[in-house]
Amino acid sequence: MTNATPIPVKIVVAGGFAVGKSTFVNSISDIEPLRTEAAMTKASEAVDHLGDATSKQSTTVAMDFGRVALGEELMLYLFGTPGQDRFHFMWDELVRGAVGAVVLVDTGRLDACFPAVDYMERQGVPFVVAVNAFDGVLRHHPDDVREALDVPTHIPVIVTDARHKAAVRDTLVTLVRHAMTVARAQAGV
Amino acid sequence: MTSDDRDQFTALRVRPYLLTGGRTRSAVDLPLEAIVRSTTEGANRVGTLDHERKGIVELCMQPQSIAEISAHLHMHLQVAKVLVGDLITEGLLGSHATTTPTSARPDVALLERVLNGLQSL
Repeated sequence: MTNATPIPVKIVVAGGFAVGKSTFVNSISDIEPLRTEAAMTKASEAVDHLGDATSKQSTTVAMDFGRVALGEELMLYLFGTPGQDRFHFMWDELVRGAVGAVVLVDTGRLDACFPAVDYMERQGVPFVVAVNAFDGVLRHHPDDVREALDVPTHIPVIVTDARHKAAVRDTLVTLVRHAMTVARAQAGV
Repeated sequence: MTSDDRDQFTALRVRPYLLTGGRTRSAVDLPLEAIVRSTTEGANRVGTLDHERKGIVELCMQPQSIAEISAHLHMHLQVAKVLVGDLITEGLLGSHATTTPTSARPDVALLERVLNGLQSL
């Protein structure tokens, strides 16, 4: 069959608010990035409230995503994480089965990416730290960023430019290579 | 849930879970990137389906992920999951994801294919 259903693979793009996640996804996506909304409330709470039609709409969390066809058999989805900490409940869903995550860093606001780094480490999600060189300006050397974030040496810390497709692709390549290293180590190969 | 129940809920459009009869899970556990497409049976029966289900089956004549269905049809992600799960159970949609574990990370062989694909961009 020529139009077989492609196999989906997923990469999560995390980081603080306004660090360039949407730009990063947009630079490589085949389609205009789409937005999906999920209900903020826990499932059980939403059901409990069904009888009360007069109460305000439950809070929603919006996530932007794009996709890249990798040949005819694979479809790579890129999901930007919701920025605020209170939406971390959604991250579990996002990282489930993912290749891994790119944690985007704005060196002007290093602390904004702490929650993402912490989360990925705790959940054992393969990740790379990508320093976004805004306006082509790199304010801190990756080694300084590694030290400041206390990122272990086996985790790649690289420079990227979210506006440029080639830089985004190279960042994803670095992540996939890292994920392969992690997968081989876990398989004992 | 019977189709009568669903028709009743569809008319209200008050809360997302009304569409699913208050259910927040379906029998099929799908990740948001799971790609589904309409089956031949789905295509044959599309005219008999109610609004939301019809919209999904029509959209999935071309393969779509759950996230894309949610985005295109302006449906909350969890709602799209439940409705798609129902349609898979009824044989109107098909997916790879129902036969493979979704929590595991991709294996080295799949990662290798992803790597080659990215390097060809």
